[in-house]
Amino acid sequence: MAVASTSSRVTPLTQADPVILVADSIDMRFATPEGDVTALDNVSFDVASGEFLAVIGPSGCGKSTLFNIIGGLLTGYGGRVTVAGETISGPHRSIGMVFQEESTFPWRNVIDNVAFPLEIAGVPRRERLERARHFVSMVGLDGFEKRYPAELSGGMRQRVSMARTLASKPKILLMDEPFAALDEQTRLLLGDKVLQIQQQLKQTMLLITHNITEAVQLADRILVMTYRPGRMKRIVDIKLPRPRTSEIVSSEAFGRYVAQIWSDLREEASRGMNDDESRALHAHDHKPQGHGA
Amino acid sequence: MSTAAFTERRWAPPLVGFGSAVLALVAVEILVRVGLINRFIVPLPSEVAESFARVITEEDILRRFLQTGWECLASGLLLTVFGVLIGVFMHRLPLFRRACETWVAAFASAPLVLAYPLFLVLFGRSALTIIMLAFLSGLPPVILKTLEGLLATRRVLLNVGRSFKLTPTQQFWKILFPSALPTIFVGIRLGLIFALINVVGVEFLINFGGLGHLINELAERYDLPGVYAAICFVILVSVIFFMVTERAERWLKSVG
Repeated sequence: MAVASTSSRVTPLTQADPVILVADSIDMRFATPEGDVTALDNVSFDVASGEFLAVIGPSGCGKSTLFNIIGGLLTGYGGRVTVAGETISGPHRSIGMVFQEESTFPWRNVIDNVAFPLEIAGVPRRERLERARHFVSMVGLDGFEKRYPAELSGGMRQRVSMARTLASKPKILLMDEPFAALDEQTRLLLGDKVLQIQQQLKQTMLLITHNITEAVQLADRILVMTYRPGRMKRIVDIKLPRPRTSEIVSSEAFGRYVAQIWSDLREEASRGMNDDESRALHAHDHKPQGHGA
Repeated sequence: MSTAAFTERRWAPPLVGFGSAVLALVAVEILVRVGLINRFIVPLPSEVAESFARVITEEDILRRFLQTGWECLASGLLLTVFGVLIGVFMHRLPLFRRACETWVAAFASAPLVLAYPLFLVLFGRSALTIIMLAFLSGLPPVILKTLEGLLATRRVLLNVGRSFKLTPTQQFWKILFPSALPTIFVGIRLGLIFALINVVGVEFLINFGGLGHLINELAERYDLPGVYAAICFVILVSVIFFMVTERAERWLKSVG
Protein backbone atom coordinates (compact mmCIF):
# COMPACT_ATOMS: atom_id res chain seq x y z
CA MET A 1 0.00 0.00 0.00
CA ALA A 2 1.29 3.44 -0.80
CA VAL A 3 2.02 5.47 2.30
CA ALA A 4 0.24 8.60 1.20
CA SER A 5 -0.61 10.66 -1.74
CA THR A 6 -0.31 14.36 -1.12
CA SER A 7 -1.81 17.37 -2.76
CA SER A 8 -1.80 21.08 -2.16
CA ARG A 9 -5.58 21.34 -2.13
CA VAL A 10 -8.30 19.05 -0.91
CA THR A 11 -10.53 17.56 -3.52
CA PRO A 12 -13.81 15.72 -2.91
CA LEU A 13 -13.72 12.07 -1.91
CA THR A 14 -15.29 10.92 -5.13
CA GLN A 15 -16.87 12.69 -8.05
CA ALA A 16 -20.26 11.96 -6.48
CA ASP A 17 -19.47 13.70 -3.18
CA PRO A 18 -20.26 17.41 -3.47
CA VAL A 19 -18.06 19.97 -1.76
CA ILE A 20 -19.87 21.21 1.33
CA LEU A 21 -17.30 23.45 2.97
CA VAL A 22 -14.81 25.76 1.32
CA ALA A 23 -12.20 27.80 3.15
CA ASP A 24 -10.79 30.21 0.62
CA SER A 25 -7.56 32.19 1.25
CA ILE A 26 -8.10 32.60 4.99
CA ASP A 27 -5.83 35.18 6.61
CA MET A 28 -5.96 36.27 10.21
CA ARG A 29 -3.82 38.82 12.01
CA PHE A 30 -3.93 39.75 15.67
CA ALA A 31 -2.62 42.97 17.14
CA THR A 32 -0.38 42.30 20.15
CA PRO A 33 1.78 44.63 22.26
CA GLU A 34 4.80 43.29 20.31
CA GLY A 35 3.18 44.13 16.97
CA ASP A 36 0.88 42.33 14.53
CA VAL A 37 1.00 38.53 14.62
CA THR A 38 -0.10 36.57 11.57
CA ALA A 39 -2.03 33.58 12.90
CA LEU A 40 -3.19 32.25 9.53
CA ASP A 41 -1.77 32.96 6.11
CA ASN A 42 -3.60 32.05 2.93
CA VAL A 43 -5.22 28.84 4.16
CA SER A 44 -7.45 27.26 1.52
CA PHE A 45 -9.11 23.88 1.47
CA ASP A 46 -12.44 22.28 0.80
CA VAL A 47 -14.31 19.41 2.40
CA ALA A 48 -16.60 16.99 0.62
CA SER A 49 -19.91 15.85 2.04
CA GLY A 50 -19.39 12.85 4.31
CA GLU A 51 -15.64 13.40 4.49
CA PHE A 52 -13.51 13.37 7.60
CA LEU A 53 -10.77 16.00 7.44
CA ALA A 54 -8.25 16.47 10.23
CA VAL A 55 -6.23 19.64 10.60
CA ILE A 56 -2.98 19.01 12.43
CA GLY A 57 -0.19 21.30 13.50
CA PRO A 58 1.99 22.25 16.44
CA SER A 59 0.74 24.52 19.22
CA GLY A 60 0.58 28.09 17.96
CA CYS A 61 -0.11 27.23 14.33
CA GLY A 62 -3.56 28.83 14.39
CA LYS A 63 -5.64 25.64 14.53
CA SER A 64 -8.09 27.00 17.09
CA THR A 65 -8.28 30.31 15.21
CA LEU A 66 -9.25 28.35 12.12
CA PHE A 67 -11.85 26.43 14.17
CA ASN A 68 -13.37 29.69 15.43
CA ILE A 69 -13.39 31.24 11.97
CA ILE A 70 -15.15 28.27 10.36
CA GLY A 71 -17.56 28.13 13.31
CA GLY A 72 -18.38 31.80 12.77
CA LEU A 73 -17.15 32.85 16.21
CA LEU A 74 -14.37 35.07 14.88
CA THR A 75 -14.67 37.96 12.50
CA GLY A 76 -12.14 40.33 10.99
CA TYR A 77 -10.36 37.68 8.91
CA GLY A 78 -9.39 37.82 5.27
CA GLY A 79 -10.80 35.41 2.68
CA ARG A 80 -14.10 33.62 2.95
CA VAL A 81 -15.75 30.49 4.23
CA THR A 82 -18.69 29.00 2.36
CA VAL A 83 -21.04 26.25 3.48
CA ALA A 84 -22.99 24.58 0.69
CA GLY A 85 -22.25 27.60 -1.48
CA GLU A 86 -23.38 30.15 1.10
CA THR A 87 -20.74 32.55 2.46
CA ILE A 88 -20.92 32.62 6.23
CA SER A 89 -20.59 35.74 8.34
CA GLY A 90 -21.23 34.30 11.78
CA PRO A 91 -22.41 31.08 13.44
CA HIS A 92 -24.26 28.94 10.91
CA ARG A 93 -26.96 26.35 11.58
CA SER A 94 -25.19 23.92 9.26
CA ILE A 95 -22.09 23.88 11.44
CA GLY A 96 -22.07 22.17 14.82
CA MET A 97 -19.16 22.80 17.15
CA VAL A 98 -17.62 20.54 19.79
CA PHE A 99 -15.18 22.46 21.93
CA GLN A 100 -11.90 21.44 23.49
CA GLU A 101 -12.89 22.71 26.94
CA GLU A 102 -15.59 21.06 29.00
CA SER A 103 -18.75 22.64 27.63
CA THR A 104 -21.71 20.73 29.03
CA PHE A 105 -24.15 22.81 31.06
CA PRO A 106 -23.59 21.77 34.68
CA TRP A 107 -27.13 22.74 35.69
CA ARG A 108 -28.72 20.36 33.17
CA ASN A 109 -28.71 16.59 33.27
CA VAL A 110 -27.48 14.55 30.31
CA ILE A 111 -30.80 14.32 28.49
CA ASP A 112 -31.57 18.04 28.96
CA ASN A 113 -28.07 18.95 27.80
CA VAL A 114 -28.52 16.92 24.64
CA ALA A 115 -32.05 18.27 24.10
CA PHE A 116 -30.79 21.88 24.38
CA PRO A 117 -30.61 22.73 20.65
CA LEU A 118 -34.03 21.14 20.12
CA GLU A 119 -35.44 23.26 22.95
CA ILE A 120 -34.00 26.37 21.28
CA ALA A 121 -35.59 25.25 18.02
CA GLY A 122 -38.96 25.08 19.80
CA VAL A 123 -39.45 21.31 19.54
CA PRO A 124 -42.16 20.18 22.04
CA ARG A 125 -40.73 18.66 25.24
CA ARG A 126 -41.87 15.06 24.70
CA GLU A 127 -40.56 14.97 21.15
CA ARG A 128 -37.25 16.61 21.96
CA LEU A 129 -36.58 14.21 24.84
CA GLU A 130 -37.30 11.30 22.54
CA ARG A 131 -34.93 12.64 19.91
CA ALA A 132 -32.30 13.49 22.52
CA ARG A 133 -32.49 9.91 23.86
CA HIS A 134 -31.57 8.67 20.39
CA PHE A 135 -28.37 10.74 20.39
CA VAL A 136 -27.54 9.83 23.99
CA SER A 137 -27.75 6.22 22.91
CA MET A 138 -25.65 6.92 19.82
CA VAL A 139 -22.74 8.14 21.95
CA GLY A 140 -23.12 5.13 24.25
CA LEU A 141 -24.52 6.85 27.32
CA ASP A 142 -27.71 4.82 27.79
CA GLY A 143 -28.68 4.76 31.44
CA PHE A 144 -26.97 8.07 32.20
CA GLU A 145 -29.83 10.30 31.00
CA LYS A 146 -30.65 11.67 34.45
CA ARG A 147 -27.06 12.13 35.59
CA TYR A 148 -25.52 15.57 35.88
CA PRO A 149 -22.16 16.41 34.23
CA ALA A 150 -20.46 16.53 37.65
CA GLU A 151 -21.31 12.83 38.04
CA LEU A 152 -19.63 11.87 34.74
CA SER A 153 -16.03 11.33 33.67
CA GLY A 154 -14.26 13.73 31.29
CA GLY A 155 -14.75 11.36 28.34
CA MET A 156 -18.45 10.97 29.10
CA ARG A 157 -18.91 14.72 29.33
CA GLN A 158 -17.27 15.18 25.92
CA ARG A 159 -19.64 12.56 24.52
CA VAL A 160 -22.56 14.53 25.96
CA SER A 161 -21.22 17.64 24.18
CA MET A 162 -20.95 15.67 20.96
CA ALA A 163 -24.47 14.26 21.30
CA ARG A 164 -25.79 17.78 21.99
CA THR A 165 -24.16 19.08 18.83
CA LEU A 166 -25.34 16.10 16.78
CA ALA A 167 -28.90 16.69 18.03
CA SER A 168 -28.88 20.00 16.14
CA LYS A 169 -28.34 17.94 12.98
CA PRO A 170 -25.43 19.94 11.59
CA LYS A 171 -24.21 19.32 8.07
CA ILE A 172 -20.64 19.70 9.31
CA LEU A 173 -19.39 18.64 12.71
CA LEU A 174 -16.46 20.79 13.73
CA MET A 175 -14.37 19.46 16.62
CA ASP A 176 -11.52 21.26 18.34
CA GLU A 177 -9.33 18.68 20.11
CA PRO A 178 -12.36 17.23 21.89
CA PHE A 179 -10.35 14.45 23.52
CA ALA A 180 -7.20 16.44 24.30
CA ALA A 181 -7.69 16.18 28.04
CA LEU A 182 -8.25 12.42 28.03
CA ASP A 183 -5.81 9.56 28.47
CA GLU A 184 -4.57 7.69 25.40
CA GLN A 185 -6.68 4.54 25.88
CA THR A 186 -9.90 6.51 26.36
CA ARG A 187 -8.98 8.64 23.38
CA LEU A 188 -8.58 5.57 21.15
CA LEU A 189 -11.87 4.10 22.32
CA LEU A 190 -13.71 7.38 21.83
CA GLY A 191 -12.13 7.53 18.39
CA ASP A 192 -13.94 4.25 17.65
CA LYS A 193 -17.17 5.86 18.79
CA VAL A 194 -16.58 8.86 16.51
CA LEU A 195 -15.86 6.58 13.55
CA GLN A 196 -19.02 4.61 14.27
CA ILE A 197 -21.11 7.79 14.41
CA GLN A 198 -19.57 9.17 11.25
CA GLN A 199 -20.33 5.97 9.41
CA GLN A 200 -23.88 5.78 10.78
CA LEU A 201 -24.80 9.39 9.97
CA LYS A 202 -22.51 9.85 6.96
CA GLN A 203 -21.50 12.94 8.87
CA THR A 204 -19.03 15.44 7.47
CA MET A 205 -16.44 16.02 10.17
CA LEU A 206 -13.59 18.43 10.60
CA LEU A 207 -11.23 17.69 13.45
CA ILE A 208 -8.64 20.09 14.79
CA THR A 209 -5.93 18.20 16.64
CA HIS A 210 -2.26 18.06 17.50
CA ASN A 211 -2.37 14.29 18.00
CA ILE A 212 -0.99 12.43 14.98
CA THR A 213 -2.38 9.02 16.03
CA GLU A 214 -5.85 10.45 16.47
CA ALA A 215 -5.72 12.20 13.09
CA VAL A 216 -4.59 9.07 11.22
CA GLN A 217 -7.05 6.84 13.07
CA LEU A 218 -10.02 9.01 12.15
CA ALA A 219 -9.42 11.05 9.02
CA ASP A 220 -9.79 10.56 5.29
CA ARG A 221 -7.33 13.39 4.80
CA ILE A 222 -5.00 15.30 7.02
CA LEU A 223 -4.10 18.93 6.50
CA VAL A 224 -0.66 19.57 8.01
CA MET A 225 -0.05 23.16 9.08
CA THR A 226 3.14 25.08 9.65
CA TYR A 227 4.10 26.79 12.87
CA ARG A 228 3.37 30.53 13.02
CA PRO A 229 2.22 31.89 10.66
CA GLY A 230 -0.19 29.01 10.11
CA ARG A 231 0.08 27.96 6.49
CA MET A 232 -0.88 24.74 4.75
CA LYS A 233 2.20 22.57 4.53
CA ARG A 234 0.72 19.47 3.01
CA ILE A 235 -2.49 17.49 2.62
CA VAL A 236 -2.11 13.78 3.16
CA ASP A 237 -4.68 11.29 1.88
CA ILE A 238 -5.15 8.49 4.40
CA LYS A 239 -5.93 5.41 2.41
CA LEU A 240 -6.60 3.09 5.30
CA PRO A 241 -9.63 0.84 4.83
CA ARG A 242 -13.04 1.75 6.23
CA PRO A 243 -14.88 0.88 8.40
CA ARG A 244 -12.01 1.40 10.82
CA THR A 245 -11.55 0.71 14.49
CA SER A 246 -8.76 1.52 16.89
CA GLU A 247 -7.20 -1.83 15.97
CA ILE A 248 -5.85 -0.08 12.90
CA VAL A 249 -3.20 1.60 15.04
CA SER A 250 -1.21 -1.64 15.17
CA SER A 251 -1.03 -1.96 11.38
CA GLU A 252 2.15 -1.28 9.44
CA ALA A 253 0.46 1.22 7.12
CA PHE A 254 -0.81 3.18 10.10
CA GLY A 255 2.73 3.43 11.45
CA ARG A 256 3.99 4.66 8.09
CA TYR A 257 1.36 7.40 7.98
CA VAL A 258 2.24 8.46 11.51
CA ALA A 259 5.95 8.54 10.61
CA GLN A 260 5.32 10.55 7.49
CA ILE A 261 3.17 13.14 9.23
CA TRP A 262 5.65 13.35 12.10
CA SER A 263 8.46 14.04 9.64
CA ASP A 264 6.35 16.91 8.28
CA LEU A 265 5.48 18.16 11.74
CA ARG A 266 8.82 17.69 13.43
CA GLU A 267 10.42 20.74 11.88
CA GLU A 268 7.35 22.85 12.73
CA ALA A 269 7.15 21.58 16.30
CA SER A 270 10.89 22.31 16.74
CA ARG A 271 10.39 25.84 15.49
CA GLY A 272 7.52 26.26 17.92
CA MET A 273 9.58 24.94 20.80
CA ASN A 274 12.57 27.14 19.97
CA ASP A 275 10.29 30.13 19.68
CA ASP A 276 8.72 29.39 23.09
CA GLU A 277 12.14 28.98 24.67
CA SER A 278 13.53 32.19 23.20
CA ARG A 279 10.46 34.09 24.35
CA ALA A 280 10.78 32.64 27.87
CA LEU A 281 14.46 33.60 27.87
CA HIS A 282 13.64 37.06 26.60
CA ALA A 283 10.98 37.51 29.29
CA HIS A 284 13.49 36.32 31.92
CA ASP A 285 16.20 38.75 30.70
CA HIS A 286 13.76 41.64 31.01
CA LYS A 287 12.69 40.78 34.55
CA PRO A 288 13.93 43.26 37.15
CA GLN A 289 16.93 41.73 38.92
CA GLY A 290 17.29 41.71 42.70
CA HIS A 291 20.18 43.61 44.24
CA GLY A 292 22.93 41.43 45.66
CA ALA A 293 24.73 42.26 48.87
CA MET B 1 -23.49 -0.79 62.72
CA SER B 2 -20.03 0.32 61.57
CA THR B 3 -19.02 4.02 61.53
CA ALA B 4 -18.90 3.99 57.73
CA ALA B 5 -22.42 2.51 57.51
CA PHE B 6 -23.73 5.07 60.01
CA THR B 7 -22.17 7.95 58.06
CA GLU B 8 -23.97 6.80 54.91
CA ARG B 9 -27.43 6.90 56.55
CA ARG B 10 -29.70 9.71 55.43
CA TRP B 11 -30.72 10.59 58.98
CA ALA B 12 -27.12 10.61 60.30
CA PRO B 13 -26.30 14.32 59.61
CA PRO B 14 -29.47 15.76 61.28
CA LEU B 15 -29.06 13.32 64.17
CA VAL B 16 -25.41 14.31 64.68
CA GLY B 17 -26.37 18.00 64.35
CA PHE B 18 -29.13 17.69 66.93
CA GLY B 19 -26.89 15.64 69.22
CA SER B 20 -24.11 18.26 68.98
CA ALA B 21 -26.55 21.04 69.89
CA VAL B 22 -27.85 19.07 72.88
CA LEU B 23 -24.27 18.34 74.03
CA ALA B 24 -23.32 22.02 73.72
CA LEU B 25 -26.37 23.04 75.77
CA VAL B 26 -25.60 20.43 78.44
CA ALA B 27 -22.00 21.74 78.57
CA VAL B 28 -23.25 25.34 79.00
CA GLU B 29 -25.72 24.18 81.70
CA ILE B 30 -22.85 22.53 83.61
CA LEU B 31 -20.49 25.52 83.16
CA VAL B 32 -23.17 27.93 84.40
CA ARG B 33 -24.15 25.69 87.33
CA VAL B 34 -20.53 25.30 88.53
CA GLY B 35 -20.08 29.06 88.20
CA LEU B 36 -17.53 29.13 85.37
CA ILE B 37 -19.98 31.24 83.36
CA ASN B 38 -21.79 34.09 85.10
CA ARG B 39 -25.51 33.29 85.17
CA PHE B 40 -26.33 37.04 85.04
CA ILE B 41 -24.84 37.06 81.54
CA VAL B 42 -25.80 33.61 80.29
CA PRO B 43 -28.93 32.04 81.74
CA LEU B 44 -29.24 28.30 82.30
CA PRO B 45 -30.35 26.57 79.09
CA SER B 46 -32.97 24.74 81.20
CA GLU B 47 -34.40 28.12 82.27
CA VAL B 48 -34.45 29.26 78.65
CA ALA B 49 -36.36 26.06 77.74
CA GLU B 50 -38.87 26.74 80.54
CA SER B 51 -39.33 30.34 79.43
CA PHE B 52 -40.52 29.29 75.96
CA ALA B 53 -44.02 28.52 77.18
CA ARG B 54 -44.21 31.90 78.96
CA VAL B 55 -42.89 33.82 75.95
CA ILE B 56 -45.36 32.08 73.65
CA THR B 57 -48.42 32.56 75.86
CA GLU B 58 -47.73 35.96 77.42
CA GLU B 59 -45.76 37.91 74.81
CA ASP B 60 -47.96 37.62 71.74
CA ILE B 61 -45.14 35.75 70.00
CA LEU B 62 -47.06 34.68 66.91
CA ARG B 63 -47.95 38.25 65.94
CA ARG B 64 -44.37 39.41 66.59
CA PHE B 65 -42.92 36.44 64.72
CA LEU B 66 -45.15 37.16 61.73
CA GLN B 67 -44.32 40.87 61.90
CA THR B 68 -40.55 40.21 61.78
CA GLY B 69 -41.09 37.52 59.16
CA TRP B 70 -43.13 39.87 57.00
CA GLU B 71 -40.55 42.67 57.27
CA CYS B 72 -37.83 40.17 56.33
CA LEU B 73 -39.87 38.88 53.42
CA ALA B 74 -40.56 42.39 52.10
CA SER B 75 -36.92 43.47 52.39
CA GLY B 76 -35.77 40.09 51.01
CA LEU B 77 -38.00 40.43 47.96
CA LEU B 78 -36.88 44.01 47.39
CA LEU B 79 -33.18 43.22 47.69
CA THR B 80 -33.52 40.18 45.42
CA VAL B 81 -35.37 42.06 42.68
CA PHE B 82 -33.32 45.26 42.81
CA GLY B 83 -30.01 43.55 43.63
CA VAL B 84 -30.24 41.13 40.70
CA LEU B 85 -31.49 43.84 38.34
CA ILE B 86 -28.69 46.24 39.27
CA GLY B 87 -26.14 43.39 39.02
CA VAL B 88 -27.38 42.50 35.53
CA PHE B 89 -27.37 46.17 34.56
CA MET B 90 -23.77 46.57 35.74
CA HIS B 91 -22.80 43.44 33.80
CA ARG B 92 -24.38 44.80 30.64
CA LEU B 93 -22.72 48.22 30.97
CA PRO B 94 -18.99 47.75 31.60
CA LEU B 95 -18.43 51.49 32.03
CA PHE B 96 -21.09 51.65 34.73
CA ARG B 97 -19.54 48.55 36.33
CA ARG B 98 -16.05 50.03 36.40
CA ALA B 99 -17.42 53.31 37.72
CA CYS B 100 -19.59 51.91 40.51
CA GLU B 101 -18.33 48.49 41.62
CA THR B 102 -15.98 49.93 44.25
CA TRP B 103 -18.73 52.14 45.62
CA VAL B 104 -21.09 49.21 45.99
CA ALA B 105 -18.36 47.22 47.76
CA ALA B 106 -17.70 50.16 50.09
CA PHE B 107 -21.43 50.51 50.69
CA ALA B 108 -21.51 46.83 51.75
CA SER B 109 -19.23 47.52 54.70
CA ALA B 110 -20.91 50.78 55.78
CA PRO B 111 -22.75 50.54 59.15
CA LEU B 112 -26.01 51.64 57.58
CA VAL B 113 -27.99 50.88 60.73
CA LEU B 114 -26.50 54.03 62.30
CA ALA B 115 -28.46 56.06 59.77
CA TYR B 116 -31.75 54.97 61.37
CA PRO B 117 -32.62 58.51 62.59
CA LEU B 118 -32.57 59.67 58.97
CA PHE B 119 -34.88 56.84 57.98
CA LEU B 120 -37.17 57.70 60.90
CA VAL B 121 -37.43 61.23 59.50
CA LEU B 122 -38.07 59.91 55.98
CA PHE B 123 -40.50 57.07 56.71
CA GLY B 124 -41.67 57.65 60.31
CA ARG B 125 -41.62 55.12 63.18
CA SER B 126 -43.10 52.41 61.01
CA ALA B 127 -42.42 49.07 59.40
CA LEU B 128 -41.36 50.95 56.27
CA THR B 129 -38.31 52.37 58.06
CA ILE B 130 -37.30 48.86 59.14
CA ILE B 131 -37.89 47.39 55.67
CA MET B 132 -36.00 50.14 53.84
CA LEU B 133 -32.99 49.94 56.15
CA ALA B 134 -32.90 46.15 55.91
CA PHE B 135 -33.32 46.29 52.13
CA LEU B 136 -30.49 48.78 51.64
CA SER B 137 -28.18 46.88 54.02
CA GLY B 138 -28.74 43.61 52.17
CA LEU B 139 -28.53 45.09 48.68
CA PRO B 140 -24.73 45.28 48.08
CA PRO B 141 -23.95 41.55 48.45
CA VAL B 142 -26.75 40.67 46.01
CA ILE B 143 -25.46 43.19 43.46
CA LEU B 144 -21.84 42.11 43.84
CA LYS B 145 -22.56 38.39 43.77
CA THR B 146 -24.90 38.72 40.77
CA LEU B 147 -22.16 40.56 38.94
CA GLU B 148 -19.54 38.02 40.01
CA GLY B 149 -21.71 35.10 38.89
CA LEU B 150 -22.42 36.64 35.48
CA LEU B 151 -18.77 37.59 34.90
CA ALA B 152 -17.59 34.13 35.95
CA THR B 153 -19.67 32.39 33.26
CA ARG B 154 -17.16 30.38 31.26
CA ARG B 155 -16.51 31.71 27.77
CA VAL B 156 -16.89 28.27 26.25
CA LEU B 157 -20.51 28.07 27.48
CA LEU B 158 -21.25 31.40 25.83
CA ASN B 159 -19.58 30.11 22.67
CA VAL B 160 -21.84 27.05 22.77
CA GLY B 161 -24.78 29.45 22.83
CA ARG B 162 -23.34 31.45 19.96
CA SER B 163 -22.72 28.29 17.93
CA PHE B 164 -26.42 27.42 18.35
CA LYS B 165 -27.30 30.96 17.22
CA LEU B 166 -29.04 31.94 20.45
CA THR B 167 -30.61 35.39 20.56
CA PRO B 168 -29.22 37.74 23.26
CA THR B 169 -32.33 37.06 25.36
CA GLN B 170 -31.91 33.30 25.01
CA GLN B 171 -28.20 33.65 25.74
CA PHE B 172 -29.09 35.40 29.01
CA TRP B 173 -31.91 33.13 30.19
CA LYS B 174 -30.51 29.82 28.93
CA ILE B 175 -26.81 30.25 29.72
CA LEU B 176 -25.74 33.35 31.64
CA PHE B 177 -28.47 33.32 34.28
CA PRO B 178 -28.43 29.59 35.13
CA SER B 179 -24.64 29.63 35.17
CA ALA B 180 -24.64 32.57 37.60
CA LEU B 181 -27.52 31.25 39.70
CA PRO B 182 -25.50 29.50 42.46
CA THR B 183 -23.42 32.65 43.02
CA ILE B 184 -26.54 34.86 42.88
CA PHE B 185 -28.10 32.73 45.62
CA VAL B 186 -24.97 33.08 47.75
CA GLY B 187 -25.53 36.85 47.43
CA ILE B 188 -29.24 36.54 48.27
CA ARG B 189 -28.44 34.47 51.37
CA LEU B 190 -25.83 37.00 52.48
CA GLY B 191 -28.29 39.81 51.76
CA LEU B 192 -30.97 38.05 53.82
CA ILE B 193 -28.54 37.69 56.74
CA PHE B 194 -27.81 41.42 56.60
CA ALA B 195 -31.52 42.17 56.22
CA LEU B 196 -32.56 40.01 59.18
CA ILE B 197 -29.85 41.52 61.40
CA ASN B 198 -31.06 44.97 60.44
CA VAL B 199 -34.76 44.15 60.83
CA VAL B 200 -34.24 42.87 64.38
CA GLY B 201 -31.66 45.58 65.16
CA VAL B 202 -33.88 48.45 64.03
CA GLU B 203 -36.93 46.95 65.75
CA PHE B 204 -34.78 46.87 68.87
CA LEU B 205 -33.51 50.44 68.38
CA ILE B 206 -36.82 52.13 67.57
CA ASN B 207 -38.81 49.89 69.91
CA PHE B 208 -41.28 48.98 67.22
CA GLY B 209 -42.55 45.84 65.54
CA GLY B 210 -41.77 42.20 66.11
CA LEU B 211 -39.07 40.10 67.73
CA GLY B 212 -36.46 42.89 68.06
CA HIS B 213 -39.00 44.95 69.96
CA LEU B 214 -39.77 41.95 72.19
CA ILE B 215 -36.05 41.34 72.86
CA ASN B 216 -35.72 45.00 73.87
CA GLU B 217 -38.70 44.75 76.26
CA LEU B 218 -37.47 41.50 77.82
CA ALA B 219 -33.94 42.89 78.20
CA GLU B 220 -35.30 45.97 79.94
CA ARG B 221 -37.18 43.67 82.34
CA TYR B 222 -33.89 41.76 82.74
CA ASP B 223 -35.67 38.59 81.69
CA LEU B 224 -32.58 36.90 80.26
CA PRO B 225 -34.13 33.45 79.66
CA GLY B 226 -36.94 35.24 77.80
CA VAL B 227 -34.38 37.19 75.71
CA TYR B 228 -32.66 33.96 74.67
CA ALA B 229 -35.98 32.30 73.91
CA ALA B 230 -36.93 35.26 71.68
CA ILE B 231 -33.53 35.02 69.96
CA CYS B 232 -34.39 31.37 69.16
CA PHE B 233 -37.45 32.66 67.29
CA VAL B 234 -35.19 35.04 65.32
CA ILE B 235 -33.07 32.02 64.41
CA LEU B 236 -36.28 30.25 63.35
CA VAL B 237 -37.09 33.12 60.96
CA SER B 238 -33.58 32.77 59.52
CA VAL B 239 -33.94 28.99 59.13
CA ILE B 240 -37.28 29.40 57.33
CA PHE B 241 -35.84 31.94 54.90
CA PHE B 242 -32.82 29.77 54.18
CA MET B 243 -35.08 26.80 53.48
CA VAL B 244 -37.19 28.94 51.15
CA THR B 245 -34.11 30.19 49.24
CA GLU B 246 -32.80 26.64 48.94
CA ARG B 247 -36.14 25.48 47.49
CA ALA B 248 -36.26 28.47 45.15
CA GLU B 249 -32.73 27.78 43.92
CA ARG B 250 -33.54 24.13 43.29
CA TRP B 251 -36.71 25.05 41.43
CA LEU B 252 -34.96 27.67 39.29
CA LYS B 253 -32.21 25.18 38.47
CA SER B 254 -34.78 22.63 37.36
CA VAL B 255 -36.43 25.08 34.96
CA GLY B 256 -33.13 26.68 33.78
